[in-house]
Amino acid sequence: MPTETRHMFLNIGPSHPAMHGIVQIITELDGERVVGADVEIGYLHRAFEKDAEAGPYNNAIPYTDRLNYVSPLINNFGYCLAVERLLGIEATERCQYIRVIMSELSRITDHLTCVGASAMELGAFTVFLYMIKAREWLWELVEAVTGARLTISYGRVGGVKADLPEGFAERARKALEDVRKVLLECDGLLTRNRIFVDRMQGTGVIGKERALSFGITGPFLRSTGAALDCRKYSPYFVYDRFQFDVPTGEHGDNYDRYLVRMEEMEQSMRIVEQALETLPGGPLNVDHEGRMLPAGVMVDEAKMGRVAGFKNVRVRLDPTLQGSTRGFHEAVNPDAKRAVLPAKEDTYGNIEGLMHHFKLVMLGHGIRPPQGEYYSAVEGANGELGFYVVSDGSDQPYRVRVRPPCFAIMAALSELIVGDMVADIVPTFGSVNMIGGELDR
Amino acid sequence: MSVDAAKLNWMTTRLDAALGWARKFSIFQYPFVTACCGMEYMATATSHYDMDRFGAGFPRFSPRQADVLFVVGTISHKLAPMLRRVYDQMTEPKWVVAFGVCTCTGGFYDNYATVQGIDTVMPVDVYIPGCPPRPENVLDGLIKLQEKIAQGELAR
Amino acid sequence: MPTASDELIARLRARFPQHILAAHAYRGQPTVTIRREGLLEVATALRDDPATAFDVLMDLCGADYAWFGMSQASAPTLRTPSPLPYFMSPAPSAERWERGVPHDAQHRFEVVYHFYSTAHRRRLRLKVPVSFAEPSVPSLAGLWAAANWYEREVWDMFGVVFEGHPNLKRILMYESFQGHPLRKDYPINKRQPIIGPVN
Repeated sequence: MPTETRHMFLNIGPSHPAMHGIVQIITELDGERVVGADVEIGYLHRAFEKDAEAGPYNNAIPYTDRLNYVSPLINNFGYCLAVERLLGIEATERCQYIRVIMSELSRITDHLTCVGASAMELGAFTVFLYMIKAREWLWELVEAVTGARLTISYGRVGGVKADLPEGFAERARKALEDVRKVLLECDGLLTRNRIFVDRMQGTGVIGKERALSFGITGPFLRSTGAALDCRKYSPYFVYDRFQFDVPTGEHGDNYDRYLVRMEEMEQSMRIVEQALETLPGGPLNVDHEGRMLPAGVMVDEAKMGRVAGFKNVRVRLDPTLQGSTRGFHEAVNPDAKRAVLPAKEDTYGNIEGLMHHFKLVMLGHGIRPPQGEYYSAVEGANGELGFYVVSDGSDQPYRVRVRPPCFAIMAALSELIVGDMVADIVPTFGSVNMIGGELDR
Repeated sequence: MSVDAAKLNWMTTRLDAALGWARKFSIFQYPFVTACCGMEYMATATSHYDMDRFGAGFPRFSPRQADVLFVVGTISHKLAPMLRRVYDQMTEPKWVVAFGVCTCTGGFYDNYATVQGIDTVMPVDVYIPGCPPRPENVLDGLIKLQEKIAQGELAR
Repeated sequence: MPTASDELIARLRARFPQHILAAHAYRGQPTVTIRREGLLEVATALRDDPATAFDVLMDLCGADYAWFGMSQASAPTLRTPSPLPYFMSPAPSAERWERGVPHDAQHRFEVVYHFYSTAHRRRLRLKVPVSFAEPSVPSLAGLWAAANWYEREVWDMFGVVFEGHPNLKRILMYESFQGHPLRKDYPINKRQPIIGPVN
C-alpha cells in the first residue's frame, strides 16, 4: 500500500529563543529537510524614517542609535557624514580619528555579540558568557567616552560630543589585550570543536554571484570570497591611513562566516591600535586668526577693545564626563560653527553660547543644508550601511533613508535555509546577525 | 462545628508569606526580547551583573512554564497580538515587567507603528524606565518585583 | 577636467538620450533621472554592459516630493527676522542641485536606485519620477534578487506599484493597515492598532 506523504508546515517565531529579535520563519518541511520557507519581518518597525523627517537634523541622531543597537556608533557617524557632506563641511582630523576608533570598537562589540549568541544557540554557553564579558569591557570604554553604554548619541553633525578622556589610550590597549585573550579562549573552544564544525560547515551556503545579486555586503559577502569593504574601496574618515586586511572565506557557509568575523575583530583591533598611535593632537594651539572663538572669550576681549589677533587663546571647558578641564571642543569640532552645537558648558555658561545653541535648535533656524541629496556609505558591522538624506533647504531632513545591511541578507534567508535540515536554520540565522532595529527600522 | 476565624486568618497569612518568600526567589522568566533593551537584558543576565543572584537566572522560552513575562523592547502594533497571546498562555500566578521606556509609554517612538505602552494591552506589575535601563536599574526593578511577589496573596 | 562621474553621465546621455530627463553629479555622486518607460532597458544595460557593470543593487527606496520646499520650517527665518550670526551663515557654494523635474503631482514620487559596481568600484544613483495618479514602475526583481524585498518595502511605505513583481505585498506593516505611512500626507501618529485602544 503506498503511504501518503505530505509536507508539514512549521512556524518559527516571532518569539523564539534562537531568533535574535522578532522575526517569523514559516518553513515547509519534508521530514526534517526544509523545502520551502517564507520569512516575515516588520515586527519591530518603529518608523525611524518618518520620525527623522519630523524633526530637525540633530533630532534624528538618537534614533540612529537604535537602528543597529549593537554597534550604534557606526550609525551615528554614518548619518553625520551624510549631513556633513550636504552642508559641505569636514570634521577635524582628530575627530575623524576618534570616529574611526569608536567605530572599530563598536564593530568588535557587534561581532562578539553575534558570534557569542550564535555559539550559545549551538549549545556553547561558555563562549557566550566569555564574549559578553569581553563586550562588557569594551562597553566600559565606550561609556567612559560617550557617557552611555549602548544608546550613546555620540556623533554630532560636524563632530563628536566629547573628546576622549584622560588615559583613554592606555585603557583601550589594556581592554584590547584582554579581549584578545578572550578571543583566543573562544577560538580554542570553537574553531576545531567537532560539534561546532559539523553544524557550521556546509550549511547556509550561498555563492558569490548570488550574494551580490541579493545586495549582500559585509562579513556575509566576504565569506563567499568577494573582498568588498567600504573601508578599503571607498574610504571615508581616515581609513585609508591604516594598514588592515579584509579577510575573506571561500565556501560561503556558516563556518567561513564565523572565521571571517573572528578575523575581522583582530583587524579592527589593529586599526584601533594604529589610530591610537597616530592620534593627532588637534588644532589646540594653532593660530586662531580668522577662526571662530568661543563666544564668551570673544565678548570679554571685545569689551576691552582687544579685537585684533586672537592668537593662542584657549578656552578651558569642563567636559561633562570626566570632570577634568581641557580645551577640547575645538579639537573635535570643525571650524564651520554654523553646524555644530556649542559645548553644553557654553550653552549654560554664557549668553552667546546660549544664543548659538538657540539659533541651531529653534524652529526656522538650525542646520540648513542647501537643497540636495547625498548617499553616505559606511561599513557597518553587518555590511554597507547607507544613509540617503534629501534636503529641501529647511532645517528638517526632507527624507532620510537607511540602507540596512541585514535587510538584504534576510531577503536571502529563505533561499539559504532551503535544502538544509531544520536544525541548520539556527546556525544560519545566527550568522545572518539579524538586528531588528536595523532590519525593520 | 464552629471555626475560629481569627486562627484561620493567621494560618492563611502565614501560608501566603511562606509561598511569597519561596516564589520571589524562583522567578521563571519569559524574556520577550524585541529590541535594543535585549542587549542590556543580555548584559544583566550574564556573568557580569548576574541576575541569578536574585533567583531569576533561568529563562524559560515557553509561556506555560514561565511566571514572569519580561517585555524587553519596543512593541509595535504588528507585534501586539502576539504579545497578548503569550501573556494569555501563561498560567496564574503571573507577573509582567515592562523593561525599557518603550514598553512603559512608547518612549520617543510616538508614531503610527508603536504601541504607546504595553499597559494598553495587558496589566503590568513593574515598570523599569530607561532607554535602555542600565543593568543596575534592571536589578533594582527585579528587587521591586520580588517585594511585590512576596506580598502577594494566595488567591490573586 | 571631466571626472569619472561626468564621464559616466556622458556615456549614459549618449546611449539613452530618449530616456534621460536630467543628470547631475552633486557632491561627486553621479545621478541620472530617467523616464519610467526606459527603466528596464537602462537597468539591463547598466548591469550587462562591461563598461558600466553595475552588478550590485545596493539600495532601492522611494521618496515623496509632495511638500518639497514647502514645509513650515523651510521659511528662512522667524517672522521677526533675526539675522544669523556671521559664523553661522551658510558657506558659499558654487555647486547647485536641481531635481530636474518639477515638484508637481505628475512627478510626486520618486523611486531611487543606488547601484554599485564591484569591477569599477563606483556608484550610480538612478531616479525614476512617478506620478500620483498612476504610481507604477516596472519591477527589477528579474534583474537583481535584491529588488524583491526593497520593492515590497517601497510599495508598503509609498504605495508605488511595481509591475511584474512576483509577490507584491506589505512587508513592514500588517495587511490590515490602511494607507502608506511614509507618504507626506500620512500623519505621523495616526495609529491603526490591531488590538488595544487607539491612543
